[in-house]
Amino acid sequence: MTPPLAPAGWSRWLVPPAALSVHLSIGQAYAWSVFKPALESALGLSGTASALPFQLGIVMLGLSAAFGGTLVERNGPRWAMTVALCCFSSGFLLAALGAATEQYWLIVFGYGFVGGIGLGIGYISPVSTLIKWFPDRPGMATGIAIMGFGGGALIASPWSAQMLESYGTDSGGIALAFLTHGLVYAVFMSLGVLLVRVPRPGDRPSQGTARPAAGALISTAQVSARSAVRTPQFWCLWVVLCMNVTAGIGILEKAAPMITDFFAKTDTPVSVSAAAGFVALLSAANMAGRIGWSSTSDLIGRKNMYRVYLGVGAVMYLLIALFGDTAKPLFVLCALVILSFYGGGFATIPAYLKDLFGTYQVGAIHGRLLTAWSTAGVLGPLIVNGVADSQEAAGRSGSGLYGLSFTIMIGLLVVGFVANELVRPVNPRHHVPTPNASKEEADDQLADEQQHDARDRAA
Amino acid sequence: MTSSPTNSSTTPGTGPLETPRRTGLIIFAWLWVGLPLAYGVYELVLKAKQLFTG
Repeated sequence: MTPPLAPAGWSRWLVPPAALSVHLSIGQAYAWSVFKPALESALGLSGTASALPFQLGIVMLGLSAAFGGTLVERNGPRWAMTVALCCFSSGFLLAALGAATEQYWLIVFGYGFVGGIGLGIGYISPVSTLIKWFPDRPGMATGIAIMGFGGGALIASPWSAQMLESYGTDSGGIALAFLTHGLVYAVFMSLGVLLVRVPRPGDRPSQGTARPAAGALISTAQVSARSAVRTPQFWCLWVVLCMNVTAGIGILEKAAPMITDFFAKTDTPVSVSAAAGFVALLSAANMAGRIGWSSTSDLIGRKNMYRVYLGVGAVMYLLIALFGDTAKPLFVLCALVILSFYGGGFATIPAYLKDLFGTYQVGAIHGRLLTAWSTAGVLGPLIVNGVADSQEAAGRSGSGLYGLSFTIMIGLLVVGFVANELVRPVNPRHHVPTPNASKEEADDQLADEQQHDARDRAA
Repeated sequence: MTSSPTNSSTTPGTGPLETPRRTGLIIFAWLWVGLPLAYGVYELVLKAKQLFTG
Protein backbone atom coordinates (compact mmCIF):
# COMPACT_ATOMS: atom_id res chain seq x y z
CA MET A 1 0.00 0.00 0.00
CA THR A 2 1.32 3.45 -0.92
CA PRO A 3 1.55 5.87 2.00
CA PRO A 4 -1.07 8.63 1.57
CA LEU A 5 0.81 11.75 0.47
CA ALA A 6 -0.57 15.10 1.59
CA PRO A 7 -1.95 17.36 -1.12
CA ALA A 8 -0.48 20.85 -1.38
CA GLY A 9 -1.51 23.08 1.51
CA TRP A 10 -2.55 20.20 3.78
CA SER A 11 -2.35 21.49 7.33
CA ARG A 12 -0.13 19.54 9.66
CA TRP A 13 -2.63 20.35 12.45
CA LEU A 14 -4.95 17.74 10.93
CA VAL A 15 -2.50 14.98 11.78
CA PRO A 16 -2.63 15.13 15.63
CA PRO A 17 -6.43 14.63 15.72
CA ALA A 18 -6.00 11.71 13.32
CA ALA A 19 -3.50 10.21 15.76
CA LEU A 20 -5.70 11.02 18.74
CA SER A 21 -8.72 9.30 17.24
CA VAL A 22 -6.72 6.07 17.26
CA HIS A 23 -4.98 6.50 20.61
CA LEU A 24 -8.11 7.67 22.46
CA SER A 25 -9.80 4.48 21.21
CA ILE A 26 -7.12 1.92 21.96
CA GLY A 27 -6.51 3.55 25.36
CA GLN A 28 -9.79 1.85 26.31
CA ALA A 29 -7.63 -1.17 27.20
CA TYR A 30 -6.80 0.38 30.56
CA ALA A 31 -10.52 0.54 31.40
CA TRP A 32 -10.99 -3.23 31.00
CA SER A 33 -11.48 -3.55 34.75
CA VAL A 34 -14.98 -2.06 34.33
CA PHE A 35 -16.06 -5.31 32.66
CA LYS A 36 -14.44 -7.62 35.20
CA PRO A 37 -17.14 -7.74 37.93
CA ALA A 38 -19.90 -8.18 35.34
CA LEU A 39 -18.02 -11.00 33.58
CA GLU A 40 -17.24 -12.70 36.87
CA SER A 41 -20.87 -12.79 37.94
CA ALA A 42 -22.36 -13.53 34.50
CA LEU A 43 -19.96 -16.29 33.49
CA GLY A 44 -18.83 -17.48 36.94
CA LEU A 45 -15.19 -16.49 36.45
CA SER A 46 -12.42 -15.93 38.97
CA GLY A 47 -10.65 -12.56 39.22
CA THR A 48 -7.58 -14.03 37.53
CA ALA A 49 -9.61 -15.44 34.65
CA SER A 50 -11.50 -12.21 34.05
CA ALA A 51 -8.17 -10.34 33.70
CA LEU A 52 -7.02 -12.67 30.87
CA PRO A 53 -8.35 -10.65 27.91
CA PHE A 54 -6.53 -7.54 29.16
CA GLN A 55 -3.30 -9.40 29.88
CA LEU A 56 -3.29 -11.11 26.49
CA GLY A 57 -4.09 -7.75 24.89
CA ILE A 58 -1.04 -6.12 26.48
CA VAL A 59 1.20 -9.03 25.47
CA MET A 60 -0.10 -8.76 21.90
CA LEU A 61 0.42 -4.99 22.02
CA GLY A 62 4.12 -5.51 22.73
CA LEU A 63 4.52 -8.32 20.18
CA SER A 64 2.66 -6.65 17.34
CA ALA A 65 4.43 -3.32 17.92
CA ALA A 66 7.80 -5.08 17.96
CA PHE A 67 7.22 -7.33 14.95
CA GLY A 68 4.81 -5.15 12.96
CA GLY A 69 6.83 -1.95 13.13
CA THR A 70 8.67 -2.51 9.87
CA LEU A 71 5.39 -3.25 8.07
CA VAL A 72 3.93 -0.04 9.48
CA GLU A 73 6.92 1.92 8.18
CA ARG A 74 6.68 0.27 4.77
CA ASN A 75 2.93 0.56 4.24
CA GLY A 76 2.37 3.90 5.91
CA PRO A 77 0.08 5.23 8.66
CA ARG A 78 -3.22 4.81 6.80
CA TRP A 79 -2.62 1.11 6.34
CA ALA A 80 -1.59 0.83 10.00
CA MET A 81 -4.64 2.74 11.23
CA THR A 82 -6.91 0.62 9.04
CA VAL A 83 -5.40 -2.56 10.49
CA ALA A 84 -5.75 -1.13 13.99
CA LEU A 85 -9.39 -0.18 13.36
CA CYS A 86 -10.27 -3.59 11.91
CA CYS A 87 -8.51 -5.57 14.66
CA PHE A 88 -9.62 -3.44 17.61
CA SER A 89 -13.22 -3.19 16.44
CA SER A 90 -13.58 -6.83 15.35
CA GLY A 91 -11.99 -7.85 18.65
CA PHE A 92 -14.97 -6.28 20.39
CA LEU A 93 -17.41 -7.88 17.94
CA LEU A 94 -15.90 -11.32 18.57
CA ALA A 95 -16.05 -10.63 22.31
CA ALA A 96 -19.75 -9.71 21.88
CA LEU A 97 -20.35 -13.06 20.18
CA GLY A 98 -18.46 -14.77 22.98
CA ALA A 99 -20.55 -13.08 25.66
CA ALA A 100 -23.83 -13.76 23.85
CA THR A 101 -23.00 -17.48 23.51
CA GLU A 102 -21.26 -17.59 26.92
CA GLN A 103 -18.06 -18.84 25.30
CA TYR A 104 -15.40 -17.10 27.38
CA TRP A 105 -12.50 -18.33 25.22
CA LEU A 106 -13.97 -16.28 22.37
CA ILE A 107 -13.87 -13.13 24.53
CA VAL A 108 -10.22 -13.85 25.38
CA PHE A 109 -9.36 -14.54 21.75
CA GLY A 110 -11.37 -11.62 20.36
CA TYR A 111 -10.51 -8.84 22.78
CA GLY A 112 -7.09 -10.14 23.82
CA PHE A 113 -5.57 -11.63 20.68
CA VAL A 114 -7.29 -9.87 17.76
CA GLY A 115 -7.89 -6.61 19.63
CA GLY A 116 -4.36 -6.74 21.05
CA ILE A 117 -2.90 -6.67 17.54
CA GLY A 118 -4.95 -3.52 16.99
CA LEU A 119 -3.49 -2.03 20.18
CA GLY A 120 0.12 -2.57 19.08
CA ILE A 121 -0.25 -1.48 15.46
CA GLY A 122 -2.45 1.44 16.48
CA TYR A 123 -0.01 2.60 19.16
CA ILE A 124 2.90 2.98 16.75
CA SER A 125 0.84 3.94 13.67
CA PRO A 126 1.07 7.76 13.92
CA VAL A 127 4.50 8.14 15.58
CA SER A 128 6.72 8.30 12.51
CA THR A 129 4.22 10.49 10.61
CA LEU A 130 3.87 13.00 13.46
CA ILE A 131 7.63 13.33 13.75
CA LYS A 132 7.89 14.00 10.01
CA TRP A 133 5.20 16.69 10.20
CA PHE A 134 6.62 18.30 13.33
CA PRO A 135 10.43 18.11 13.06
CA ASP A 136 10.57 21.38 15.03
CA ARG A 137 8.46 19.97 17.89
CA PRO A 138 8.62 16.17 17.81
CA GLY A 139 8.20 15.88 21.58
CA MET A 140 4.99 17.87 21.58
CA ALA A 141 3.60 16.02 18.56
CA THR A 142 4.15 12.52 19.90
CA GLY A 143 3.13 13.76 23.36
CA ILE A 144 -0.31 14.68 22.03
CA ALA A 145 -0.82 11.22 20.55
CA ILE A 146 0.50 9.27 23.50
CA MET A 147 -1.49 11.46 25.89
CA GLY A 148 -4.48 10.09 23.98
CA PHE A 149 -3.63 6.57 25.12
CA GLY A 150 -3.91 7.78 28.72
CA GLY A 151 -7.05 9.74 27.91
CA GLY A 152 -8.74 6.72 26.32
CA ALA A 153 -9.24 5.07 29.67
CA LEU A 154 -10.70 8.26 31.14
CA ILE A 155 -13.37 8.25 28.45
CA ALA A 156 -14.04 4.51 28.39
CA SER A 157 -14.21 4.00 32.13
CA PRO A 158 -17.38 6.05 32.86
CA TRP A 159 -18.83 5.37 29.40
CA SER A 160 -18.54 1.57 29.70
CA ALA A 161 -19.87 1.67 33.26
CA GLN A 162 -22.93 3.63 32.16
CA MET A 163 -23.48 1.24 29.27
CA LEU A 164 -23.44 -1.79 31.56
CA GLU A 165 -25.86 0.01 33.83
CA SER A 166 -28.25 0.53 30.90
CA TYR A 167 -27.89 -2.86 29.19
CA GLY A 168 -27.56 -4.92 32.35
CA THR A 169 -24.69 -7.02 33.65
CA ASP A 170 -25.91 -10.43 32.46
CA SER A 171 -24.26 -12.05 29.44
CA GLY A 172 -26.75 -10.44 27.05
CA GLY A 173 -26.05 -6.97 28.47
CA ILE A 174 -22.29 -7.49 28.28
CA ALA A 175 -22.63 -8.70 24.66
CA LEU A 176 -24.59 -5.57 23.76
CA ALA A 177 -21.99 -3.38 25.48
CA PHE A 178 -19.14 -5.07 23.55
CA LEU A 179 -21.10 -4.71 20.30
CA THR A 180 -21.68 -0.99 20.93
CA HIS A 181 -18.00 -0.47 21.75
CA GLY A 182 -16.92 -2.23 18.54
CA LEU A 183 -19.21 -0.16 16.34
CA VAL A 184 -18.60 3.20 18.00
CA TYR A 185 -14.80 2.77 18.03
CA ALA A 186 -14.86 1.77 14.34
CA VAL A 187 -16.62 5.04 13.47
CA PHE A 188 -14.43 7.09 15.81
CA MET A 189 -11.14 5.65 14.50
CA SER A 190 -12.19 6.11 10.89
CA LEU A 191 -11.42 9.83 11.25
CA GLY A 192 -7.77 8.91 11.68
CA VAL A 193 -7.81 6.66 8.61
CA LEU A 194 -9.40 9.42 6.52
CA LEU A 195 -7.28 12.32 7.75
CA VAL A 196 -3.79 10.94 8.13
CA ARG A 197 -1.34 12.06 5.45
CA VAL A 198 2.41 11.71 4.97
CA PRO A 199 4.22 14.93 4.05
CA ARG A 200 5.62 14.84 0.53
CA PRO A 201 9.42 14.65 0.58
CA GLY A 202 9.65 18.01 -1.18
CA ASP A 203 7.16 19.67 1.14
CA ARG A 204 8.36 18.52 4.53
CA PRO A 205 8.36 21.22 7.15
CA SER A 206 11.85 22.23 8.19
CA GLN A 207 13.06 22.55 11.75
CA GLY A 208 12.03 26.18 11.37
CA THR A 209 13.59 28.62 13.76
CA ALA A 210 13.56 26.17 16.66
CA ARG A 211 17.03 25.84 18.09
CA PRO A 212 18.08 22.50 19.47
CA ALA A 213 18.94 22.56 23.16
CA ALA A 214 22.58 22.92 24.03
CA GLY A 215 24.32 19.58 23.87
CA ALA A 216 21.27 17.92 22.32
CA LEU A 217 22.01 14.58 20.68
CA ILE A 218 20.21 15.40 17.45
CA SER A 219 21.52 13.45 14.50
CA THR A 220 20.73 14.22 10.86
CA ALA A 221 21.79 10.71 9.85
CA GLN A 222 19.35 7.80 9.57
CA VAL A 223 19.52 4.31 11.05
CA SER A 224 17.34 1.35 10.02
CA ALA A 225 15.38 -0.59 12.63
CA ARG A 226 17.52 -3.68 12.02
CA SER A 227 20.72 -1.73 12.69
CA ALA A 228 19.27 0.22 15.60
CA VAL A 229 18.74 -2.87 17.74
CA ARG A 230 22.45 -3.64 17.32
CA THR A 231 23.51 -0.33 18.83
CA PRO A 232 24.26 0.24 22.54
CA GLN A 233 22.11 3.40 22.32
CA PHE A 234 18.99 1.32 21.68
CA TRP A 235 19.64 -0.88 24.71
CA CYS A 236 20.51 2.10 26.91
CA LEU A 237 17.13 3.60 26.03
CA TRP A 238 15.50 0.22 26.58
CA VAL A 239 16.87 0.22 30.14
CA VAL A 240 15.86 3.88 30.61
CA LEU A 241 12.26 3.21 29.56
CA CYS A 242 12.01 -0.03 31.51
CA MET A 243 13.29 1.57 34.74
CA ASN A 244 11.12 4.66 34.37
CA VAL A 245 7.97 2.63 33.71
CA THR A 246 8.73 0.21 36.55
CA ALA A 247 9.12 3.13 38.94
CA GLY A 248 5.77 4.59 37.86
CA ILE A 249 4.02 1.26 38.19
CA GLY A 250 5.50 1.06 41.69
CA ILE A 251 3.05 3.78 42.70
CA LEU A 252 0.25 3.11 40.23
CA GLU A 253 -0.15 -0.56 41.06
CA LYS A 254 -0.98 -0.06 44.72
CA ALA A 255 -1.97 3.61 44.86
CA ALA A 256 -5.25 3.19 46.73
CA PRO A 257 -4.07 0.77 49.46
CA MET A 258 -0.77 2.66 49.70
CA ILE A 259 -2.28 6.02 50.66
CA THR A 260 -4.70 4.28 53.03
CA ASP A 261 -1.87 2.35 54.73
CA PHE A 262 0.40 5.39 54.97
CA PHE A 263 -2.08 7.44 56.98
CA ALA A 264 -3.97 4.64 58.75
CA LYS A 265 -2.37 5.41 62.12
CA THR A 266 -2.56 9.21 61.85
CA ASP A 267 -5.20 11.73 62.95
CA THR A 268 -6.34 12.07 59.34
CA PRO A 269 -6.88 8.57 57.92
CA VAL A 270 -7.80 8.30 54.24
CA SER A 271 -11.28 6.98 53.39
CA VAL A 272 -11.99 4.57 50.52
CA SER A 273 -13.59 7.33 48.41
CA ALA A 274 -10.66 9.70 49.08
CA ALA A 275 -8.28 6.93 47.98
CA ALA A 276 -10.30 6.58 44.76
CA GLY A 277 -9.93 10.33 44.28
CA PHE A 278 -6.16 9.96 44.74
CA VAL A 279 -6.05 7.30 42.01
CA ALA A 280 -8.02 9.60 39.69
CA LEU A 281 -5.62 12.44 40.41
CA LEU A 282 -2.69 10.17 39.53
CA SER A 283 -4.35 9.42 36.17
CA ALA A 284 -4.60 13.16 35.53
CA ALA A 285 -0.89 13.61 36.38
CA ASN A 286 0.00 10.70 34.09
CA MET A 287 -1.89 12.29 31.21
CA ALA A 288 -0.64 15.83 31.85
CA GLY A 289 2.95 14.56 32.04
CA ARG A 290 2.65 13.00 28.61
CA ILE A 291 1.95 16.27 26.85
CA GLY A 292 3.64 18.66 29.32
CA TRP A 293 7.02 17.02 29.86
CA SER A 294 7.25 15.76 26.29
CA SER A 295 6.76 19.31 25.01
CA THR A 296 9.34 20.55 27.52
CA SER A 297 11.84 18.09 26.05
CA ASP A 298 11.72 20.09 22.79
CA LEU A 299 13.16 23.01 24.74
CA ILE A 300 15.68 21.40 27.08
CA GLY A 301 16.67 18.32 25.05
CA ARG A 302 15.73 14.69 25.48
CA LYS A 303 18.75 13.63 27.53
CA ASN A 304 18.18 16.41 30.04
CA MET A 305 14.49 15.53 30.23
CA TYR A 306 15.29 11.93 31.18
CA ARG A 307 17.81 13.20 33.73
CA VAL A 308 14.84 14.96 35.34
CA TYR A 309 12.51 11.93 35.08
CA LEU A 310 15.04 9.57 36.60
CA GLY A 311 17.01 11.86 38.94
CA VAL A 312 14.15 13.94 40.34
CA GLY A 313 11.99 10.80 40.33
CA ALA A 314 14.49 9.10 42.64
CA VAL A 315 14.46 12.16 44.95
CA MET A 316 10.64 12.06 45.03
CA TYR A 317 10.71 8.40 46.06
CA LEU A 318 13.28 9.24 48.73
CA LEU A 319 11.07 12.04 50.10
CA ILE A 320 8.07 9.70 50.29
CA ALA A 321 10.16 7.03 52.02
CA LEU A 322 11.58 9.47 54.58
CA PHE A 323 8.75 11.92 55.25
CA GLY A 324 5.71 10.55 53.36
CA ASP A 325 3.81 9.44 56.43
CA THR A 326 4.24 12.78 58.22
CA ALA A 327 2.56 15.05 55.68
CA LYS A 328 -0.26 14.08 53.34
CA PRO A 329 0.28 16.98 50.90
CA LEU A 330 3.93 15.98 50.51
CA PHE A 331 2.98 12.35 49.85
CA VAL A 332 0.36 13.35 47.26
CA LEU A 333 2.64 15.89 45.58
CA CYS A 334 5.56 13.45 45.25
CA ALA A 335 3.29 10.71 43.91
CA LEU A 336 1.83 13.11 41.34
CA VAL A 337 5.30 14.16 40.18
CA ILE A 338 6.39 10.50 39.86
CA LEU A 339 3.28 9.67 37.80
CA SER A 340 3.76 12.71 35.58
CA PHE A 341 7.32 11.47 34.91
CA TYR A 342 5.93 8.00 34.17
CA GLY A 343 3.65 9.44 31.48
CA GLY A 344 6.34 11.81 30.25
CA GLY A 345 8.79 8.93 29.85
CA PHE A 346 6.39 7.14 27.48
CA ALA A 347 5.68 10.23 25.43
CA THR A 348 9.26 11.51 25.10
CA ILE A 349 10.86 8.26 23.97
CA PRO A 350 9.80 8.49 20.27
CA ALA A 351 11.45 11.93 19.98
CA TYR A 352 14.59 10.61 21.72
CA LEU A 353 14.69 7.77 19.17
CA LYS A 354 14.24 10.28 16.35
CA ASP A 355 17.13 12.34 17.70
CA LEU A 356 19.44 9.33 17.75
CA PHE A 357 18.27 7.25 14.79
CA GLY A 358 16.53 9.78 12.52
CA THR A 359 13.01 9.64 11.10
CA TYR A 360 13.71 6.86 8.59
CA GLN A 361 12.29 3.90 10.56
CA VAL A 362 11.58 5.55 13.89
CA GLY A 363 8.14 3.92 14.17
CA ALA A 364 9.61 0.44 13.79
CA ILE A 365 12.39 1.20 16.29
CA HIS A 366 9.79 2.54 18.72
CA GLY A 367 7.81 -0.67 18.31
CA ARG A 368 10.84 -2.76 19.23
CA LEU A 369 11.58 -0.56 22.23
CA LEU A 370 8.08 -1.12 23.60
CA THR A 371 9.21 -4.57 24.75
CA ALA A 372 10.73 -2.60 27.64
CA TRP A 373 7.17 -1.57 28.58
CA SER A 374 6.01 -5.21 28.53
CA THR A 375 8.96 -6.17 30.75
CA ALA A 376 8.25 -3.34 33.17
CA GLY A 377 4.59 -4.30 33.21
CA VAL A 378 5.62 -7.64 34.70
CA LEU A 379 8.56 -6.35 36.80
CA GLY A 380 6.81 -3.42 38.52
CA PRO A 381 3.78 -5.24 39.98
CA LEU A 382 5.99 -8.23 40.89
CA ILE A 383 8.32 -6.05 42.97
CA VAL A 384 5.64 -3.96 44.68
CA ASN A 385 3.24 -6.80 45.43
CA GLY A 386 5.97 -9.27 46.34
CA VAL A 387 7.68 -6.88 48.73
CA ALA A 388 4.41 -5.71 50.31
CA ASP A 389 3.33 -9.33 50.88
CA SER A 390 6.69 -10.30 52.42
CA GLN A 391 6.68 -7.23 54.68
CA GLU A 392 3.15 -8.03 55.82
CA ALA A 393 4.22 -11.60 56.56
CA ALA A 394 7.11 -10.15 58.60
CA GLY A 395 4.58 -8.32 60.78
CA ARG A 396 5.02 -4.82 59.38
CA SER A 397 2.11 -2.48 58.77
CA GLY A 398 1.28 1.03 57.53
CA SER A 399 4.05 2.81 55.65
CA GLY A 400 6.48 0.08 56.75
CA LEU A 401 4.97 -2.18 54.10
CA TYR A 402 6.44 -0.07 51.31
CA GLY A 403 9.85 1.11 52.56
CA LEU A 404 11.78 -1.68 50.86
CA SER A 405 9.82 -1.25 47.59
CA PHE A 406 10.72 2.43 47.54
CA THR A 407 14.39 1.66 48.11
CA ILE A 408 14.31 -0.78 45.19
CA MET A 409 12.56 1.83 43.02
CA ILE A 410 15.25 4.40 43.85
CA GLY A 411 17.90 1.84 42.87
CA LEU A 412 16.14 1.13 39.56
CA LEU A 413 15.86 4.84 38.80
CA VAL A 414 19.58 5.25 39.46
CA VAL A 415 20.28 2.39 37.02
CA GLY A 416 18.11 4.18 34.45
CA PHE A 417 19.91 7.46 35.15
CA VAL A 418 23.29 5.83 34.49
CA ALA A 419 21.97 4.21 31.29
CA ASN A 420 20.79 7.64 30.12
CA GLU A 421 24.23 9.10 30.85
CA LEU A 422 25.78 6.40 28.65
CA VAL A 423 23.78 7.49 25.60
CA ARG A 424 26.12 8.87 22.93
CA PRO A 425 25.62 9.64 19.22
CA VAL A 426 25.26 6.52 17.08
CA ASN A 427 28.42 5.24 15.40
CA PRO A 428 28.35 6.24 11.68
CA ARG A 429 28.85 2.63 10.63
CA HIS A 430 25.18 2.05 11.56
CA HIS A 431 23.92 4.90 9.36
CA VAL A 432 21.87 4.13 6.28
CA PRO A 433 24.05 5.02 3.26
CA THR A 434 22.79 7.98 1.27
CA PRO A 435 21.77 7.19 -2.32
CA ASN A 436 24.82 9.01 -3.61
CA ALA A 437 27.11 6.75 -1.62
CA SER A 438 25.56 3.41 -2.48
CA LYS A 439 22.17 3.09 -4.14
CA GLU A 440 22.16 -0.67 -3.82
CA GLU A 441 22.27 -0.51 -0.09
CA ALA A 442 19.29 1.78 0.35
CA ASP A 443 16.27 -0.34 1.20
CA ASP A 444 12.85 -0.46 -0.34
CA GLN A 445 11.36 2.32 1.78
CA LEU A 446 13.99 4.74 0.63
CA ALA A 447 13.25 3.68 -2.95
CA ASP A 448 9.56 4.41 -2.33
CA GLU A 449 10.37 7.90 -1.16
CA GLN A 450 12.52 8.51 -4.20
CA GLN A 451 9.73 7.34 -6.50
CA HIS A 452 7.27 9.71 -4.86
CA ASP A 453 9.71 12.53 -5.18
CA ALA A 454 10.38 11.80 -8.84
CA ARG A 455 6.62 11.56 -9.53
CA ASP A 456 6.04 14.91 -7.87
CA ARG A 457 8.71 16.57 -9.92
CA ALA A 458 7.37 15.07 -13.15
CA ALA A 459 3.94 16.45 -12.27
CA MET B 1 17.51 15.08 -7.50
CA THR B 2 16.56 12.27 -5.23
CA SER B 3 15.25 12.36 -1.72
CA SER B 4 17.93 11.19 0.61
CA PRO B 5 17.12 9.70 4.00
CA THR B 6 18.93 12.56 5.63
CA ASN B 7 16.76 15.33 4.30
CA SER B 8 13.69 15.20 6.47
CA SER B 9 14.63 18.25 8.43
CA THR B 10 16.38 20.24 5.79
CA THR B 11 14.19 20.24 2.72
CA PRO B 12 12.66 23.53 1.63
CA GLY B 13 9.01 24.23 1.06
CA THR B 14 7.85 25.32 4.46
CA GLY B 15 5.84 28.27 3.22
CA PRO B 16 2.45 26.77 2.37
CA LEU B 17 2.54 24.46 5.39
CA GLU B 18 2.92 27.23 7.90
CA THR B 19 -0.44 28.78 6.94
CA PRO B 20 -3.31 26.68 8.27
CA ARG B 21 -5.79 25.71 5.55
CA ARG B 22 -9.10 23.90 5.71
CA THR B 23 -10.04 25.69 8.92
CA GLY B 24 -13.49 24.06 9.09
CA LEU B 25 -12.00 20.58 8.79
CA ILE B 26 -9.39 21.36 11.43
CA ILE B 27 -12.07 22.58 13.88
CA PHE B 28 -14.25 19.54 13.15
CA ALA B 29 -11.34 17.12 13.64
CA TRP B 30 -10.27 18.68 16.94
CA LEU B 31 -13.88 18.72 18.20
CA TRP B 32 -14.22 15.06 17.19
CA VAL B 33 -11.44 14.07 19.56
CA GLY B 34 -11.70 16.98 22.00
CA LEU B 35 -15.31 16.52 23.09
CA PRO B 36 -14.96 12.88 24.24
CA LEU B 37 -11.68 13.78 25.94
CA ALA B 38 -13.36 16.70 27.72
CA TYR B 39 -16.07 14.30 28.94
CA GLY B 40 -13.40 11.95 30.28
CA VAL B 41 -11.54 14.77 32.01
CA TYR B 42 -14.82 16.08 33.54
CA GLU B 43 -15.60 12.63 34.97
CA LEU B 44 -12.03 12.43 36.26
CA VAL B 45 -12.28 15.79 38.02
CA LEU B 46 -15.49 14.69 39.72
CA LYS B 47 -13.71 11.58 41.02
CA ALA B 48 -10.51 13.42 41.98
CA LYS B 49 -12.50 15.87 44.11
CA GLN B 50 -13.22 13.00 46.48
CA LEU B 51 -9.62 13.16 47.69
CA PHE B 52 -10.37 16.52 49.24
CA THR B 53 -14.03 16.01 50.16
CA GLY B 54 -14.09 12.27 50.96
